Amino acid sequence: MRLIELKGLTKTYGKGKKSTTALSELNLNIQKGEIYGVIGHSGAGKSTLIRCINLLERPTEGEVWVDGINLTELSKTELQQQRRKIGMIFQHFNLLSSATVYDNVAFPLKLVNTPKDAIDRKVKEMLNLVGLENHSNKYPAQLSGGQKQRVGIARALASDPNVLLCDEATSALDPQTTNSILKLLLDINEKYNLTIVLITHEMHVIQNICDKVAVIHQGGIVEQGPVTEVFLKPQHAITRDFMMRDHEAGLALEETALANAGVELQTGVASKLVKISFLGNKTYEAILSRTVRKTGVDFAILQGTISTIKQVPYGQLTVRFEGDSYAIDRTISELTAEGLDVEVLR
Amino acid sequence: MDFSTVRWEEVGKASIETLQILGVSGLFTVILGLPLGVLLFMTARSASIKSRTVYTILSLVVNILRSVPFIILIVALIPFTRILVGTATGVLGVIPPLVISAAPYFARLVETTLREVDRGVIEAAQSMGASTGQIVRRVLLPEALPGLLAGITITIVTLVSYTAMAGMVGGGGLGTLAINYGYFRYQNEIMIISVMSMIILVQILQMAGDRLVTFFTRK
Repeated sequence: MRLIELKGLTKTYGKGKKSTTALSELNLNIQKGEIYGVIGHSGAGKSTLIRCINLLERPTEGEVWVDGINLTELSKTELQQQRRKIGMIFQHFNLLSSATVYDNVAFPLKLVNTPKDAIDRKVKEMLNLVGLENHSNKYPAQLSGGQKQRVGIARALASDPNVLLCDEATSALDPQTTNSILKLLLDINEKYNLTIVLITHEMHVIQNICDKVAVIHQGGIVEQGPVTEVFLKPQHAITRDFMMRDHEAGLALEETALANAGVELQTGVASKLVKISFLGNKTYEAILSRTVRKTGVDFAILQGTISTIKQVPYGQLTVRFEGDSYAIDRTISELTAEGLDVEVLR
Repeated sequence: MDFSTVRWEEVGKASIETLQILGVSGLFTVILGLPLGVLLFMTARSASIKSRTVYTILSLVVNILRSVPFIILIVALIPFTRILVGTATGVLGVIPPLVISAAPYFARLVETTLREVDRGVIEAAQSMGASTGQIVRRVLLPEALPGLLAGITITIVTLVSYTAMAGMVGGGGLGTLAINYGYFRYQNEIMIISVMSMIILVQILQMAGDRLVTFFTRK
């Protein structure tokens, strides 16, 4: 079921010659219950994009549909009502510094005049969820960054939203804290089947918790799909760029691999450079060794990664096969038949 | 210098009058200046042309009132003061010009203080569906409270020196005492006592204000 639908979203700042386009004709669909990541460099328009979903930023053109309602057509009060169903957390947490942790979480409930005992129950439930039940009387200034973001999450979830928007929610946090916040988001997604939209410039955030990803560049989406697909077979240069920065591998190493591939071979021995992608439990199976034993081909691993995408194991190896050229071709087709993705590089 | 001729009951009476003037005019300054300041802040950052026009007009009025010297303002407002409180002299007569002069000043202080409130927090409230009124009451004012208290302190301290000027036109209080006895009759003792009293008063006000600001600061 579609929960969020952005249609022909365009946002321009300023008028005439001085105007800059942050988003142009952007379309995006997000299904209920999924964690959808949008990745892009700063200035790519990702922040504008997420702020358009609850109309903190009003698009110049286009429609924003959330849960079957076109938000762009609503009156001010109707929009306020709809916003209560869209939680949001921020890079800099944006907590009320003058209010305690308890009162911050109670804030969205007080806005709709919830009875006091109901507020108390909900706030305690939320603080338990994020693990801050012992900090309810502290002020934000007394908390660490990770704790502040937990308060932000508790506050965003207190009004039982259908969707949680995360605007660079982990960008101000250290790697360890980032992982604990990501884990919390994943738990919440699983526990409440809550749809989460997050924007980030860090590939590992996408890799850790997202089901789907969109890569945004110069105000448009250049690539989107399930994270496993985009991750293992990046099509666009920008996507590859993100992968490389995060793996310290990618293109640069692949190039070295290609250069090394030209080692002198004995006459009559063919060679082929291939990239093999594994996904799921196949990653841990001995498919490669089984196959080459059968076909009698030798191989050298030039580069490789074995890791997980949202707890799904994957592997990617750049391998040079050596041997009889017919046997190499047979090896490739056998591997493909085993369900691996094999791409011949050279 | 001979302090034995000083009529202490006059000094006492004047001190009480000053406190009355400060209390009442301070109260009305906040009552008028706070909403005015909020309005200035809200209309200045609004995108709508209507609000911007409101801002331009309000801003102009505030600037005019702030540029007229207080001593001139008192005289100019005499007819208005008579209509409003029935007299243009004494404790009662000095309060309207004080409020009219101090409220725009305080409003500007409020406006600048509100600008210091983290935009992100306002945005967070918007994202939670808060209305404009709720944002003012539940976000802006509580977040700006320490700054607002500092602004109130500054305003009341300014009012102390204004009450002295009001003494020129018989406004009552320590200022009148200083001018009538100390200045016109060359009674230096009275002058010193009045000025000293005002110095002590300002010290106490500033200290109390600072204490309150510290008490409410959560950052």
